[in-house]
Amino acid sequence: MVLILMVGIFQSWNIALSIFNLCLISAVMTMGANIQWGYAGLINFGIMGYTALGGLAAVLISVDPVQEAWRAGGFDILMSLWLIVVMVLVIRFILKRFEKSKIRTYSIAAIIISGILLIRFSAEPGIEAIEAVDPAKTGFLGGFGLPIIFSWIVGALFAGGLAFIVGKVALGLRADYLAIATLLISEIVIAIIKHEDWLTRGVKNVIGLKRPAPYEVDLQTTDWFINLVEKFNSGKLSVIENLADRQAALNQLVIEGSSVFVKLCYSGLFLVVVIILLILTQKALYSPWGRMMRAIRDNEEAANAMGKNVVKQHLLIFILGSAIVGIAGAMLVTQDGLFTPGSYRPMRYTFLIWVMVIVGGSGNNFGAILGGFVVWFLWIEAAPISLFLINFFTAGIPETNALKAHLIESVPYFRFLLMGLGLLFIMRYRPKGILPEKIEIK
Amino acid sequence: MDFINAIILLLNYIFIPALTYGSQLALGAIFVTLIYGILRFANFATGDMMSFGTMATILFTWYFQSLGVSLGVLPTALLAIPFGIIFMILYMLLIDKFVFKYYRHQKSPPVQFAMVSIGVMFITQAVVRIIIGPGDRRFFDGEKFIIKAREFKEMTGLNEGLALKSTQVITIFVTIVLVSLLFWFLNRTKTGKSMKAYSDNEDLALLSGIDPKKIVLVTWIIAGILATIGGALYGLDKSFKPFTYFNNMLPIFAAAIVGGIGNPFGAFLGGYVIAFSEILLTYAYKKFFMYILPESMEPNSLVQLLSTDYKFAVSFSILVIVLIYRPSGIFKGKVL
Repeated sequence: MVLILMVGIFQSWNIALSIFNLCLISAVMTMGANIQWGYAGLINFGIMGYTALGGLAAVLISVDPVQEAWRAGGFDILMSLWLIVVMVLVIRFILKRFEKSKIRTYSIAAIIISGILLIRFSAEPGIEAIEAVDPAKTGFLGGFGLPIIFSWIVGALFAGGLAFIVGKVALGLRADYLAIATLLISEIVIAIIKHEDWLTRGVKNVIGLKRPAPYEVDLQTTDWFINLVEKFNSGKLSVIENLADRQAALNQLVIEGSSVFVKLCYSGLFLVVVIILLILTQKALYSPWGRMMRAIRDNEEAANAMGKNVVKQHLLIFILGSAIVGIAGAMLVTQDGLFTPGSYRPMRYTFLIWVMVIVGGSGNNFGAILGGFVVWFLWIEAAPISLFLINFFTAGIPETNALKAHLIESVPYFRFLLMGLGLLFIMRYRPKGILPEKIEIK
Repeated sequence: MDFINAIILLLNYIFIPALTYGSQLALGAIFVTLIYGILRFANFATGDMMSFGTMATILFTWYFQSLGVSLGVLPTALLAIPFGIIFMILYMLLIDKFVFKYYRHQKSPPVQFAMVSIGVMFITQAVVRIIIGPGDRRFFDGEKFIIKAREFKEMTGLNEGLALKSTQVITIFVTIVLVSLLFWFLNRTKTGKSMKAYSDNEDLALLSGIDPKKIVLVTWIIAGILATIGGALYGLDKSFKPFTYFNNMLPIFAAAIVGGIGNPFGAFLGGYVIAFSEILLTYAYKKFFMYILPESMEPNSLVQLLSTDYKFAVSFSILVIVLIYRPSGIFKGKVL
């Protein structure tokens, strides 16, 4: 917190607030991962996929529907969706009705393959028609045109739904295999989001999403806001004698103030989410349910022998944690105002979040939030810090030295080094994180 | 004639590229599987270690090129690979000494090892990017093609050309030699056998007087050789970019697990399984059917099962299916 304030004073409030906002979002993601890893010992490397799904929810909720595209291909798409539903129901029916046998396995495989082919052929004309509708601007179905705030809930539902499927499939695996499986599944999700243009516009990105906060341009012409800025800076303004100069200075302040104000709106919203989640997760941690999760984590067999349904609880906590990550994904897209499927990369959205969990302290919600803040701050400020250090240590070497120039050029990559070293040091000397798990039995 | 054309088409666009790509994956997969079998953890730094080895090779290639040393028609990189391997092994041993050794003595659970390897991944990525930068590097020189598509057409009078890149031949040849050497080492020599014993049952192996330090050392040396050669071959064939290498980690994992993790032979075949299924499922068969079928039955669409965008998704789906139905892999590896 102090560090962020320092950035505000030394660099600018704008930068400080955007770092703060992303810290809050990271904290939410970290809390999601922490629930899975800290409470239940489940390792989920698919955070990227859930984040992207949350982002997708933001798009689908807030963008206005593209009527023309719906007319062009909506029917085909809906038909295909029905086909998928029918396929799933048929498979479920077969699974329930018949005993396990080779014939059953083969027939299910046949149904899936023929179903995929059928869907491809039935959906193709629709997809092409949709993507042909004004491809520079739309070329996709659009969304529901609702306020983007709703997407935070829908994002959680999407991510939870995916987690249900993944959990059903993969939760039986041993820890490191679960990690690999979830990582790969999240890559599949990203591949789908990237390339199904009719749904997400793919790598063409969706820009100009609606905002829950006012626009800077509107603010700059609103009377109450100008008055507010004037009041806030009355000391500074009164020094300026000339009326025209004063007006110019005020305008400048209003422009700066408006973007700070918008960021503050976001911070407020995000802060509310973080606090609600913190209260809920803390309550859960100290509830009988939290005790049961820890029991399952520490000794699965014993918990099972005590009559706890380990499989079911694992699935539940996997869904809950992923849903929280989904909220964070929707928040992220809300804040950016754009959805760029190409930017979802495992380094940034999976491994960095894990560094936050480990560094902060697994099993401790405050630790998770702290980890989110510290690690994100370092991730952003690593480049300036290492630039400073390089300049400091190579002060005696002239500017033209090839080594120095090369080092300064590769300053952005020192953040990876910093993260890696941080993770290794924490794992070695403080394996439980900065704020270790503390369970008080009341 | 049409039939031969169709065969050549498949050879040119599916068989040879898949064989090359499969060889590159296979080397990486054996690396993963060895580390998993003997040091007992999933190494998330795989892709980046390979890119480190490739980077060392590239630096030596540039050095040799500046000295004017070359192998004529063969790429200079072949000369640089042994030096790259030495650097790679030194780096791996350094990492092992300062990072993994501690956890091995603590007998930490595999998950903790995996986390630590993520730290190593971050550091390796930083080192590679700081030294050579994140951009695309081509370091191939020498003769590019063994058979050019046009020459082949003129030679045989067929409609379809068969292009054979020298990197493809080098990749396949080197892989065969390296893998046969490796299997000979693992199955025939005393050290290789003790490595297998250590992988099967650590306590029993220690009891019968096998030196764990030596096993670990040999494992890292073999891993270094595999990682550097696999990475360098991939870089020669396509191009070197740190980010691609990181991404390649995923199909490599898929290959290792599909083949049965802990089982080097399984990993070797797993590489080809992944490569062939990726390319077979995403290839557009339109032209193939145009040759095979009579004119009236020619397909209008591309006859492509999945678009090429889903190349990676295919291998991951195979992995997921294997994990569900046969978690120990196609060739029995360790039971998960």
